[in-house]
Amino acid sequence: MIAELGHFALALAAAVALVQAVVPMLGAARGDGAMMAAAAPAALVQFGVLGIAFAALMHAYITSDFSVLNVIENSHSLKPLLYKVAGTWGNHEGSLLLWVTVLALFGALVAVFGRNLPPSLKARTLSVQALITLGFLVFMLLTSNPFARVFPPPIEGTDLNPLLQDPGLAFHPPMLYVGYVGLSISFSFAVAALIEGKVDAAWARWVRPWTLLAWTFLTAGIALGSWWAYYELGWGGFWYWDPVENASFMPWLAATALLHSAIVVEKRDTLKSWTILLAIIAFGLSLIGTFLVRSGVLTSVHAFASDPDRGIFILLLLVVAIGGSLGLYAWRAPGLQGGGLFRPVSREGALVLNNLLLSAAAATVFVGTLYPLFLEVLTDDKISVGPPYFNLTFTPIMGVLVIALGVGAMLPWKRGDLGAVTRRLTVACVVTAVLMGLAALLYWQRSALAVAGLGMAAWLAAATLTQLWQRVRPTARIGVGEGVRRMAGLPRAAWGMTLAHLGVAVIVAGATGASLLTQETISSGGPGDRFTVGDYAFTLESVDRVAGPNYAAERGTFRVTDAETGDEIATLHGERRRYVAGGQETTEAGIRSDLGGDLYAVLGQPTDDGGWTVRLYRKPLVPWLWIGSGLLVLGGLFSLSDRRLRVGAPRRSGTRAGGVARTQPAE
Amino acid sequence: MAASGGRGLSPARRRKRTRLYLVLGGLAFLALAVGLVLAGFRDNIVFFFGPSEVAAGKVDPGRTFRLGGLVKDGSLARPGGTDGAVLFTVTDNAAEVRVRFAGLLPDLFREGQGIVALGALDGEGLFVADEVLAKHDENYMPAEAVEAMKRAGTWQHGEGGPGTAEPGYAPEGQ
Repeated sequence: MIAELGHFALALAAAVALVQAVVPMLGAARGDGAMMAAAAPAALVQFGVLGIAFAALMHAYITSDFSVLNVIENSHSLKPLLYKVAGTWGNHEGSLLLWVTVLALFGALVAVFGRNLPPSLKARTLSVQALITLGFLVFMLLTSNPFARVFPPPIEGTDLNPLLQDPGLAFHPPMLYVGYVGLSISFSFAVAALIEGKVDAAWARWVRPWTLLAWTFLTAGIALGSWWAYYELGWGGFWYWDPVENASFMPWLAATALLHSAIVVEKRDTLKSWTILLAIIAFGLSLIGTFLVRSGVLTSVHAFASDPDRGIFILLLLVVAIGGSLGLYAWRAPGLQGGGLFRPVSREGALVLNNLLLSAAAATVFVGTLYPLFLEVLTDDKISVGPPYFNLTFTPIMGVLVIALGVGAMLPWKRGDLGAVTRRLTVACVVTAVLMGLAALLYWQRSALAVAGLGMAAWLAAATLTQLWQRVRPTARIGVGEGVRRMAGLPRAAWGMTLAHLGVAVIVAGATGASLLTQETISSGGPGDRFTVGDYAFTLESVDRVAGPNYAAERGTFRVTDAETGDEIATLHGERRRYVAGGQETTEAGIRSDLGGDLYAVLGQPTDDGGWTVRLYRKPLVPWLWIGSGLLVLGGLFSLSDRRLRVGAPRRSGTRAGGVARTQPAE
Repeated sequence: MAASGGRGLSPARRRKRTRLYLVLGGLAFLALAVGLVLAGFRDNIVFFFGPSEVAAGKVDPGRTFRLGGLVKDGSLARPGGTDGAVLFTVTDNAAEVRVRFAGLLPDLFREGQGIVALGALDGEGLFVADEVLAKHDENYMPAEAVEAMKRAGTWQHGEGGPGTAEPGYAPEGQ
């Protein structure tokens, strides 16, 4: 009964979406206030109805209702509660339901927090949002009903893929979706602004918090996914340039660029049509990502099922949404008036450079991800593009970005003086040189590139801190104590920027350590055998059989000591689990983390001579990846909490004329 | 030069000049990106071959490629040893290639299952793999393994490839 209720709620949501898409848009065109006002309540009803549908599916999972096909295929009564809940979105139909629910959530948030928006902009934005929702709801109702029943119901389900039974992955999809789908709001705002034919500082001020919110969640979602891959897959890598990873990374790059260009629109009233284009591209890349992952053209852990009809439908949605919005852009964008002027060497110029580099980086990832697909369609050649391609194309672009970022953030608006900025960065240069010297002493033998990577990280961190310090203490006349006191008075957005840029520096250091300085040993042996990895000695103490709630495991206990002195450092447990329901095996790595890096031990398959394969790593600086990602997220949250950027609440001018809220231009 | 020359210009001219910088900058980066992409593609594209194509001598020793197919039943040997390498045979039901791999096999690696391996042939026809991938979802076959059998003409519809599996549940899975 509850499943039918969920199905009915989906159909109802589609009807509401149709109304929300058509009525406010017509109202805005005719200047009919009542029709425009229908948008907000419709958005709230939409979210309520989809919330019911989502709750109905979750209910089926929690109660293990095996008369629902989706639950049979992805759940098992012995599964821990957390994974029963996570199972709701751990499959094709459920994840689409989460997609549309998040779409509706953002619509509802705009309806609630967007009270100060001009009615026509609000109506059009919500109408565009409803159009996207409608497309996905029709897709679900026609091809992917999550509530399909089976008769007779089986006694037990086939279980969720055990790789997905992990706390990191339980929360990875919702985070990622809030980010992915959150970009829809920037898209809807951009399309609405194109229809209105007006983009100004106020528009940028409304859009930026939504972009920031989406970006923050997208960052957290990608970081969680990367963390999961690192400790769960047992291969010791944090990023594989897998097409599915790229699918989430491209929108992130575009959203990062959008975040920065929206600042220019807000402060300087220029780069408007570029910003609109970026908003369209960012969400377009989200849609392409969804297509790649959901259509089954890629085979990976994320591609739950492959059905050609679904692929064609999503492709159609993609063509209509991206083609339509780009067409609208080509038609309307030339009418947008450009604003403030600036010199190439200025804050605006630096932000343009940021945008160019991020776009170029996104483009190389895009080509590397989609070229094999195109080639396979056009010819019969099956090729793959692996990490070496991305290392050669993406990494140098990001290197330039990191170096330029240190200087760019110091430049003033309109017109800057490169010489003066360089002088102010003298201390940062010296700090970088000293740290690079230290890194060279330690690592030159192992990897000269690693020294360069660590140097870049040091440079960015030093330059970012210099920028913060000179902001509170622009001249030597201000005392050090006064400078520290002034820090508390800085706008939260300034702290957000500092934290995020520091986060990038920390991630660069972590990625350098993880990819260039890792030491690994693959070997085999039995209890009592000793393996050396760099300065560490791993001894396999024992291999025991242990039982978990829905799996049985072999657990290898490794004792790690200093290779020279023999001092005890850690004891690691690496497991091979075999799940009862599906018979799948997974590897659980034994990891010991501290600030300097990780020790990582994996117990492999048994060998014919009675031992086991083992894979052991020393991975310097890996935790920095997660710390840096945390700083990025924290920076995003700090910026969001800035009074000037309070979600959807631009400063009012105090008077309302003709029902139109006036907003102050950006200072 | 722009700093001194731009001061006397009208706003419209200055706007045009700003736009010119933007376009030139954009083109420069486009050229940079295209150059990097081309350089990346020249050296780092990996082609796919099935066992029959390898047997027919289509791949030279030392060239990196992806090999796909089924792991032959009973072919897996784990001699142990210092690098813990395993040996197994990949087949498309027409031809076979022996594979050596030092590393951890993926969790879903089984005899009779489809896999994809990245590596190169040594002089004696042994495929030395750097990486072995099995499809994460064991209900389906990696597309490459299906492709290998299609190329060898041994693919039978309904063997469980992508898109052919019935959307039902598996009662024998308990």
